[in-house]
Amino acid sequence: MIDVLIIGSGGAGLSAALMAKQKGSEVLVLSKTYPTQSQTAQAQGGINAVLKKENNTDKVEYHINDTLKSAHKLGDINTIEYLCKNAHNTIKWLDDIGVPFSRDTNNNIAQRKLGGASNSRACYSSDYTGLKILHTLYDTSLKENIEFLHEKMLLSFIVENKTIKGITYLDIQTAQVKQLLAKTVIVASGGYGAIYDGFTTNSNATTGDAIAAALKVGCEISNMEYVQFHPTTLKKNSILLSESARGEGGYLVTKDEKRFVDELAPRDVVARAIDEKLQHGEEVYLDLRHLGLEKIKEVMPQEYNLALEFSGLKLDTDLISIQPSAHYTMGGIKTNLNGETNIQNLYAVGECSSNGVHGANRLGGNSLLEIITFGKLVGENASKKAVETIQKNSSLDTLNQDIKYIDEIFNLPNQMNFYSFKKEMGELFYKNVGLFREEKSLLEVLHQITIWENDFSKLGITDKEKTYNTNLKEFLEFSNMLYLSKAIVLSALQRKESRGAHYRIDYLSQNSDFEKETIIYNNQNEFKVEIR
Amino acid sequence: MMIKVTICNKEYRLENEDNLLKILHLIKTTKNQSLSYRSGCRSGVCGSCALRVNGVEKLACKTVLKDGDVIEPLKNSIVIKDLIVDLSTQQKCLQTAKAQLEEKADAVITPIDEKNIDLQSNCILCNSCYSSCPVYEVNPEFIGPFALTRTYRYINDKKEKNTQTKIKTVQTNGIWDCTLCGNCNMVCPEHIDIKNDIMMLRNKSVQAGFSDPNMASFDGDFDTGLDFGFNPNGF
Repeated sequence: MIDVLIIGSGGAGLSAALMAKQKGSEVLVLSKTYPTQSQTAQAQGGINAVLKKENNTDKVEYHINDTLKSAHKLGDINTIEYLCKNAHNTIKWLDDIGVPFSRDTNNNIAQRKLGGASNSRACYSSDYTGLKILHTLYDTSLKENIEFLHEKMLLSFIVENKTIKGITYLDIQTAQVKQLLAKTVIVASGGYGAIYDGFTTNSNATTGDAIAAALKVGCEISNMEYVQFHPTTLKKNSILLSESARGEGGYLVTKDEKRFVDELAPRDVVARAIDEKLQHGEEVYLDLRHLGLEKIKEVMPQEYNLALEFSGLKLDTDLISIQPSAHYTMGGIKTNLNGETNIQNLYAVGECSSNGVHGANRLGGNSLLEIITFGKLVGENASKKAVETIQKNSSLDTLNQDIKYIDEIFNLPNQMNFYSFKKEMGELFYKNVGLFREEKSLLEVLHQITIWENDFSKLGITDKEKTYNTNLKEFLEFSNMLYLSKAIVLSALQRKESRGAHYRIDYLSQNSDFEKETIIYNNQNEFKVEIR
Repeated sequence: MMIKVTICNKEYRLENEDNLLKILHLIKTTKNQSLSYRSGCRSGVCGSCALRVNGVEKLACKTVLKDGDVIEPLKNSIVIKDLIVDLSTQQKCLQTAKAQLEEKADAVITPIDEKNIDLQSNCILCNSCYSSCPVYEVNPEFIGPFALTRTYRYINDKKEKNTQTKIKTVQTNGIWDCTLCGNCNMVCPEHIDIKNDIMMLRNKSVQAGFSDPNMASFDGDFDTGLDFGFNPNGF
């Protein structure tokens, strides 16, 4: 019997798995991709921590204050305090398992300043921080003989008496639907940035599958309207140029090479300043030329290569044309500090969760910190819970429903191409549910979502093979995206104010009546939205 | 510009895009929904879109196509469908090679120490090197380039106390099976000098008292009449 079943094999999932295993649990990690293909690999800039070292002028309370400020009063003080106070231990744990953090001249872990931070606080491994953390976690997982099921896509949570019993999943390699029972389940499956198809730095896999599945079984989801846009991504392909570019002294300039914004202001402020210029038909560039080739190659080798390989431009000699892109989704499955959801024995952690650590906007360098710190905590919590849980057989209803559903998809009429819908969704969300929002345009999106929902039965798949059917997988992903898109728009409509990453041009100011979370849940197949 | 490309033995004529991954996406979403390939980050760090263009391993997201290019799946792995290959050997290679920190040493890490393992720890596990490696034709059990480089990364890591076990591990189906052809270096999207890492592992092995088993069978008696020929890889 599985004690702790983990959905997702990025930084949060692997940290949870390692801790749960260390505590003696039978652990299984199920993932839609292979571990090292997960979104964590893309985090470049760093991981925040106030390190215990001599003459450190930075303090944990400054980190807490910076995080609270960025959260715009939607943050939870308890989770933020836990995050910041445990940051040193998180870095030590990662360093101890082998993450090759860059060192400074005193042989301490090197730190750089990121936007919104009052001090140089982000530990890094050149600008491959996420990649090196993820791969080290994977190496450690193999050492600890963590069991994996790769390329299996979550379909449904099996919930009885408001308690999780297990899951059903699609085996992508065979198109078979299977069931796994477990004493506890940890969702660590990432965010929903792929809804901004074509305008996101996120992996194609970030389709919010588990958040959609959680909504369907009665989980409360919070702050879905909160989507962070990264200010500096390559124009046309949304490839991320990390915040370290500005952290190291890069400028943002217009065509006449004039700076127009404090480059280290919070991401939402910088992104809106850039977007305003773009909307007026101006170009905006990232200018690193004054840093020199040596420094650029030393501290941001990946960015140098990305700019060169994906836009043919050199950071040391060229101005780099940029645009903001959807980068991080703050909303997700609502949890408390311990990662518990409102379903017994079901936990959520990382980008798929919303535990109050980011509030209305995430501070750069806090996402890697969140996934490891809370990944470990939630792994430990689920492990403890599993000890006191007696697993009984559950009904096969969910499994049978999902088998039937997958069979039905093969027989759908396929009169309309869902890939076209997906592309339209990305464009529409970037335009109307992006950096600037208003009721009129949000209602237009809602109307369009209704049209897509009505047309859903006319969609389908062309590929009828069972072996590695990515057409089927992508259809299921689109179905999840469509479901969540409505939750995002309904939440954005409900929040009639501007706060952090949610900026309403029809409600420009922050309103204390909205100093609460946006909660959305499924009530007899209808979404209910509450600000509380 | 219109180009003709062949993908898994099927010809397509279409407008060229910025990169091959965009072309695959275009085909998938508008021409042939059954075309199967892996993709993720679209920015060269997730390692999922590796394939072969005109026989050479590439990441689709980083490759600009030209007229007449031929796209095929990676080699040395079972093809599951179109451009999707079985990746289960990856885990096996890494585990066999003990590519992990086994026993933490209390060591001060300097910027130079960290630089020593920087390039190797940029590996994205795309399997390009694995596909390009000719050794698999004769030894399917070969630990292989990415796993050996990763083992070297941990052997070279001052944090690792237990380097000797790793050195011992790579003696069988490992460093001495490599022909030092350098194919892996040529195809690595992270420009890791894998061949050099394997040579360094050989040096460390010799220092640790191991020797090339191929040379061990060489008894130096030329009267046997056997022709050993020239061994370009010998020490």
